[in-house]
Amino acid sequence: MEEIAARVGQNLAELRQNFSSGRTRGLEWRKTQLRAILKLVAENEDEIFEALNRDLGKHPVEAYRDEIGVVKKSAEYSLCHIEKWMAPKKGQLPLLFFPAKAEVLPEPLGVVLIFASWNFPISLALDPLIGAISAGNTVLVKPSELAPACTSFLACKIPLYLDNKAIKVVEGGSDVAEKLLELKWDKIFFTGSARVGRIIMSAAAKHLTPVTLELGGKCPIILDSLSGSDLKVAVKRISGGKWGACAGQACIGIDYVIVQRKFAPVLVELLKKCIKTLYGEEVENLKNICRIVNKNHFGRICNLLEDPSVAASIVYGGSFDKQNLFIEPTILLDPPLDAEIMTEEIFGPLLPIITLDEVEESIEFINARPKPLAIYVFTKNKTFKEKLLQETSSGSVIFNDTMIQFICDGLPFGGVGESGFGRYHGKYSFDTFSHEKAVLHRSFFLELEPRHPPWNGFKLEFIRLAYNFDYIGLLQLLLGLRRRYTSRTVH
Amino acid sequence: MALDVEGMMKELRETYASGKTKSYEWRISQLRALLKIADHHDKEITEALRCDLNKPELESFVYEIASMKSSCQLALKQLRRWMKPEKAKTSLTTFPSSGQIVSEPLGVVLVISAWNFPLLLSLDPVIGAITAGNVVVLKPSEIAPATSALLSKLLEEYMDTSAVKVVEGAADETTALLEQKWDKIFFTGNSKIGRIVLTAAVKHLTPVVLELGGKSPVVVDKNINLKVAARRIIAGKWGCNNGQACVSPDYMITTKDFASQLVDVLRSELETFYGKDPLKSEDLSRIVNSNHFLRLTNLLDDEKVSGKIVHGGQRDKTNLKIAPTILLDVPQDSLIMNEEIFGPLLPILTVNKIEDSIDVINAREKPLAAYLFTNNKRIKEEFIGNVSTGGLVVNDTILHVAEHSLPFGGVGESGMGAYHGKFSFDAFSHKKAVLLRSFAGDVPARYPPYTPGKLKFLKALLNGDVIGLIRALIGW
Repeated sequence: MEEIAARVGQNLAELRQNFSSGRTRGLEWRKTQLRAILKLVAENEDEIFEALNRDLGKHPVEAYRDEIGVVKKSAEYSLCHIEKWMAPKKGQLPLLFFPAKAEVLPEPLGVVLIFASWNFPISLALDPLIGAISAGNTVLVKPSELAPACTSFLACKIPLYLDNKAIKVVEGGSDVAEKLLELKWDKIFFTGSARVGRIIMSAAAKHLTPVTLELGGKCPIILDSLSGSDLKVAVKRISGGKWGACAGQACIGIDYVIVQRKFAPVLVELLKKCIKTLYGEEVENLKNICRIVNKNHFGRICNLLEDPSVAASIVYGGSFDKQNLFIEPTILLDPPLDAEIMTEEIFGPLLPIITLDEVEESIEFINARPKPLAIYVFTKNKTFKEKLLQETSSGSVIFNDTMIQFICDGLPFGGVGESGFGRYHGKYSFDTFSHEKAVLHRSFFLELEPRHPPWNGFKLEFIRLAYNFDYIGLLQLLLGLRRRYTSRTVH
Repeated sequence: MALDVEGMMKELRETYASGKTKSYEWRISQLRALLKIADHHDKEITEALRCDLNKPELESFVYEIASMKSSCQLALKQLRRWMKPEKAKTSLTTFPSSGQIVSEPLGVVLVISAWNFPLLLSLDPVIGAITAGNVVVLKPSEIAPATSALLSKLLEEYMDTSAVKVVEGAADETTALLEQKWDKIFFTGNSKIGRIVLTAAVKHLTPVVLELGGKSPVVVDKNINLKVAARRIIAGKWGCNNGQACVSPDYMITTKDFASQLVDVLRSELETFYGKDPLKSEDLSRIVNSNHFLRLTNLLDDEKVSGKIVHGGQRDKTNLKIAPTILLDVPQDSLIMNEEIFGPLLPILTVNKIEDSIDVINAREKPLAAYLFTNNKRIKEEFIGNVSTGGLVVNDTILHVAEHSLPFGGVGESGMGAYHGKFSFDAFSHKKAVLLRSFAGDVPARYPPYTPGKLKFLKALLNGDVIGLIRALIGW
């Protein structure tokens, strides 16, 4: 323990020293690091595929789409925009302040700690890192010990490509995390569960460290009545989104579906067909789908099906391969709402379908539960769209698709309520790791007497007019053409 | 009367769930009600502030009433624009799609206010909460009891009490409030209580804004208009609640060879402002209570600073007054240099060259504000580039607080989050990302079975590489 404490303490000291030296502030340094990240993923694609396959059984195409491709896109986007982001933003000053200039200047927070999660172990480490670097900070990345091959990869490769005086990786489990959290950071960025999120926030409170918590929740899909090719596309997007992204182990993963009762049978049939096409039949023949990350989570997910009334609601799948940690894509129809499968985030390949009389009831259903990270809605009904947007709250809302908001750099990615706070992606990444410093430049010229004591009625009237930006009134006052304010105490 | 916090929370959640606070009309009606309070009750307000702080009427007007009215008027003017969703750019990667960012209220929010600007620091955040469509509970500071009672009375009379409530009280009431589940907590005060608030927020993962304080330095270079600089420093320090403000210049840094000239000008301008016997001036606030009075006199009586007082030092225990006091060349390890002064004492540190002030400031916790008086462009740029602080003003003090296009907030020990102007609206909003996709343009490459061709396509798509896309499509 002491050895760990000493090691992390030393890392932090070095990062602090290097931040103070100013080496990370310049545009060139930041761009160099961003290019180095691009090089890192480009030159090690096969190794990354291998590591993701070892940790999660992730297929290379999924790996490229959700990990390598995301990192490349983010780094390139940052490289393209960083100079603009770093420039001061001018503020609009009223005439009264003349002569003066106002601007907001982004500056790095300092030394940043990033906790990455295990489900997208490459992109959830490197994407926030891209943000921290773009904003000019020094960074310590702590990848998840639940993805050991990817963690080793990052620990090995990052020092080879990036400036290891300013960017470090620390491997280890909760013992290392604990020691890290005792120290003072200028920002902590955490992706993971709400339970651990609370531990992080608690530790950060001691040092008044601002945090971004990217958590999760039960992200619902609402499927309105659709038909024909639209319905087929919707089902495909739901299947792809649910099982095609780390086998449901994703923060924005689809947790459950809400559909109008009369459409449930059609939906189940279409889903079954889709699953067979995309992922295969029977657990032994599963393909193109990740496995469950470890025995713990495997056990947790299987337990969700232990409850007899839950088991009875299974309409497809339900089998598992304990040896290889695979669970078949499973569909349940109306499991009891108070069962754990409907009160806890599933984070696995089980898909409950909840039926309601009318699809509009889904709004009340969702509002009775903690705010999710995302709500997915498949509908062509404009009124329903508006109502849902106005009356529910979530990190984001996606109409007619799933998961894809993750690659949209123009949209902030983050939660609200139990699903977290803070956001990133695109410029939001830069902002999340920056402090926006307000700067006001004034000149010595044109000093306004009424600003200073001793106070009198004239000065009060002057200031009163000034607050109303009543320039004509001010002129009148100065020319003696205006009555002064009088009161008992101010003469 | 025991505080039924849970009953109150239930009522507030029901009000929020009813959706009424989301409407533009409701928000406008509440803002107009706040303006009415300021217009019709300004005399009662200035009396309460005299009672709590002996605040001069003009200061009450400028820093409390007019500031709050200005916030209200800006919100009234801009609210429709602020409430409009913002278009977000989507790229080829998600074509065809359109994106927008929708501002929505967070829900039920708690505003904990401070005692030094008890009206403004209560109502300014409440204005933010209301403009964003939330329901709000205000907990004013018990250290300014007359203002607290007046706020309770006036808000009950003018505001929609099913959505806007005031809870008066001290530590017990605050603790009871902090145990509840809030969708946002906005706190103004010191960092010790700030930590308590942040720790309490963990239970419900409540986001917080902490407007704290710190030791805001004012650095004075040579070759400036010294008279104007001195007046602006005095206005910011003693003319603003007698130094009891989070953005007051706390301590000063200047060069060894300039110090005595600076002190002379400060002395003479102080006399112009407050007369030969400042303890008798009606234009200076008193120290808020005997606790703080004792705390401040202890700083003066610290043996490390004995002999360092070059102006002032007089005190009146009965009336809780301390005269504007300047100390020169205090040791860095004295008490006065190790805590936020929050009073009318101004220690001056001297350095060999003015650039050294940057290291002196950076060796300490990040302040809420930093002030620099100079005409030297290079020094200005170096200072702005290297001093991390909430806000920074060149050649003036505290004025940035009045500029609503600038975010007002701290960094590091001086706080997190910001407000004023649209930043207030944003602080109390959730910015929901909305992506609208079409059913058309479904890309097979997204789905299994995965093939090398699909990989090529995806690579091109994610890179926004149109040629690559076409090639991949033709390659099939």
